[in-house]
Amino acid sequence: MTDIDQLLKRDSFIERNARSRARALLDPGTMRELAGPFERLHSPWLAMQHLVTQSDDGVVAAKGLLDGRPTVVLAIEGGFQGGSMGEIGGAKIAGSLELAARDNRRGIPTQAVILFETGGVRLQEANLGLAAIAEIQAAIVDLRRYTPVIGVSAGTVGCYGGMSIAAGLCSYLVLTREARLGLNGPLVIEQEAGVGEFDARNRSLIWGLTGGEQRVASGLADACVQDDSAEVRATVARLFGQGVPARHRSERAQEYLAALERADTAAQPTADAVRALYGATDNHRGDA
Amino acid sequence: MEKLEFTFAAGQPAPGRTVTGVVASGDLEVLLEPGRDGTTTVAVQTSVDGYGGNWTALLERVFGPGTLPAARIEINDNGATPGVVRMRIEQAFEEVKP
Repeated sequence: MTDIDQLLKRDSFIERNARSRARALLDPGTMRELAGPFERLHSPWLAMQHLVTQSDDGVVAAKGLLDGRPTVVLAIEGGFQGGSMGEIGGAKIAGSLELAARDNRRGIPTQAVILFETGGVRLQEANLGLAAIAEIQAAIVDLRRYTPVIGVSAGTVGCYGGMSIAAGLCSYLVLTREARLGLNGPLVIEQEAGVGEFDARNRSLIWGLTGGEQRVASGLADACVQDDSAEVRATVARLFGQGVPARHRSERAQEYLAALERADTAAQPTADAVRALYGATDNHRGDA
Repeated sequence: MEKLEFTFAAGQPAPGRTVTGVVASGDLEVLLEPGRDGTTTVAVQTSVDGYGGNWTALLERVFGPGTLPAARIEINDNGATPGVVRMRIEQAFEEVKP
């Protein structure tokens, strides 16, 4: 089969909106939405700033089964306000994760998937958005003691800001080649440190250093998948099957810091140099 | 940002509820719920000011004949073109068909 045939036949995950992505991950007919659009939980803060609100505040919280196991999928809508995290959307994610942890404590093994498509905090909601992200991070760390919390970033927005830290706290992280993962986005780095530090127009530089393939090769994510709904679903199911990792990536922070200490910051790093640097910490999971 | 409201004559109440589209650039979100028998209401929230005439003309075309099921419709628009608006509304009615 040619590449074009394959492209036409596959069921793109990236082209789906948040609600449709959640449905694609769950067993057919099992999805039930929590705090859905008809609850009309609009952002009160966007309206005050004369911005059009979305009835679910850009987050779909879906409960259902994945291969028969109770699962909650938290899908961020990248098309609405850049997938930014505000008070309401953030509370929906944090609250769902907290309920999943409570389920586990009561003997119901509810697992969680977060679909990251976000630039981070919603600037219009400032501290309330930041507080929501802190709650999400705390809830991930609580829940991952019982069951894997799996993060997926398919693109095209990627995953940045405080939510990239949330992604780093997940038990496993799944990316596509189109996805990008980083604390600061290219434009922010260029604006703050100058074009000599980072040229935000250089796409091969951006994907070379922060793209999905590079993040997996550097051991900062666990699987690089095609933009294919069936493959995303199968990969998530496989990673749930591996159970809670013996050591989470975030528990190896000291090893990463030690590696960064060795980095030569005098020159622009290359993709290969970064792979070698993180590879030296011997943290490849190698299951991509 | 501008808010507009419309009322049209309609048929029997729509048989269900659905949401279509996303408040993304050039797109809109349509929430459709069953309306009171014989009446459809449309509440529009749009990011583009001053296009009330276009909204009136477009919605008249869709709902003017009064043949669609009665619905309570909420539109959250982020600069969609009239063609996209019409398709999202029709998509919503398609999805609630029994």
